[in-house]
Amino acid sequence: MSRGTVRIALLALAPLLVASVIGAAARPASEAQSDLAALKAKYRRPASVPHPPDNAPTEARVRLGRSLFFDPRLSGSGVMSCGTCHNPGLSWTDGLERGVGHGMKTLARRTPTILNVAWAEALFWDGRADTLEEQALGPISSGDEMNMPLEVLVPRLRAIGEYAALFEAAYPGEGVTEQTIAKAIASFERTVVSERAPFDAWIEGDESAIDAEAKAGFVLFNEKARCASCHSGWRFTDDSFHDIGVAGEDRGRGAVLKDIEVAQFAFKTPTLRNVDRRAPYMHDGSEKTLEDVIALYDLGGRARRPSLSAEIVPLELTERESRQLVAFMRTLTSDDAPVAIPSLPR
Amino acid sequence: MTLRHAAAALVAGLSLFATDQAAADEVVVQRDKSFSQEQVVVSAGEQVVFSNRDTVTHNLFSRSPGFEFEVKAQLPGQDTPVRFERPGVAEVRCAIHPYMRLRVVVEEKGIQEKGIEEKGGEP
Repeated sequence: MSRGTVRIALLALAPLLVASVIGAAARPASEAQSDLAALKAKYRRPASVPHPPDNAPTEARVRLGRSLFFDPRLSGSGVMSCGTCHNPGLSWTDGLERGVGHGMKTLARRTPTILNVAWAEALFWDGRADTLEEQALGPISSGDEMNMPLEVLVPRLRAIGEYAALFEAAYPGEGVTEQTIAKAIASFERTVVSERAPFDAWIEGDESAIDAEAKAGFVLFNEKARCASCHSGWRFTDDSFHDIGVAGEDRGRGAVLKDIEVAQFAFKTPTLRNVDRRAPYMHDGSEKTLEDVIALYDLGGRARRPSLSAEIVPLELTERESRQLVAFMRTLTSDDAPVAIPSLPR
Repeated sequence: MTLRHAAAALVAGLSLFATDQAAADEVVVQRDKSFSQEQVVVSAGEQVVFSNRDTVTHNLFSRSPGFEFEVKAQLPGQDTPVRFERPGVAEVRCAIHPYMRLRVVVEEKGIQEKGIEEKGGEP
């Protein structure tokens, strides 16, 4: 290809870039308001929870998965369960900057919530697991996390008499295997769904459900602050991966998609449901409050690298607008029912 | 930036921004974070024009052997032609949106005529 061809491509692009800049500047606030109904429709909760065709979440599967999730015997030390880090009392995470694994080792990344993972695509902060079933065994077998080799786990669970009946009820004839363990845990995780929040009531027509500041924040979220470029839909994530300018050496998705520039320093867009229950924030806990998170985006990121997402630009938010965005995010929090921890098989 | 992107995407079996071919282009639209179709079929030497009609930036890459390429950051409104020079199947993905997957089936030139002849020999 000649340099001339490239120059033609550049010239062809220029009007598009100019048009998009003018378009953004000329769009009046009143027009954004008139789009509000259409915008709200994009955030309606789904009617049902998805699951893979070979793992429908029966009561027996969820019951088994709940036991496995809260059973510390799934760890090498015998003191950590999935629920140790994914603590339902802390919005299914741990409230720490970064997770703490086997031998009190501080891990590289913050514990992600499992809230609403039934809908998630590409799991883990770096998206290395395609399905929840695949993801479930990762932290169990990781030497840094639960430190339980799967070849040790399977006989250990087979030796716990009361598990046999639970596995038989959940997966008749399949026995205790890596696959049935993973499928049961995934089935339980698919029941972890955030309940209705004030925002949902507003979306469905109750104008008094959230206040004017939060409503203004919702419009900012979708327009000026550009949050909805990624935090879209009822879960407030599109499961995308971006370098949003968090400083650090962790390449995130870049370790999975080596040599792909936009994947370097890119991490999974997390859900914002119940987000005010999950400080600190980002993949490494580096932002302490929601206000700090807004400040990071307002700056256009703290670390400027070639991989920085094109969506990340300085926002020039006023202090009031920043407060409105936080007010809006707080309306996404639901008053979820307490989670029952089962009496574990012996 | 565009120069760097174009240079990086120039690999064996593929070329970008080539505009002097008369072959009809297949157009694949990116909108609402999905491709307009799951599969596109072209003949060797033809282009697929990826047309970003979304509100967000996309990426295009393939790791399929013989079809490796990357379009680093494709901005909203941008049309990006990618020429597929040799027969085979390329899985094209977006590194930003993991559920965006497209199969590009590249047939040999004139395979349709050849296919009819071969079919004629079947019982």
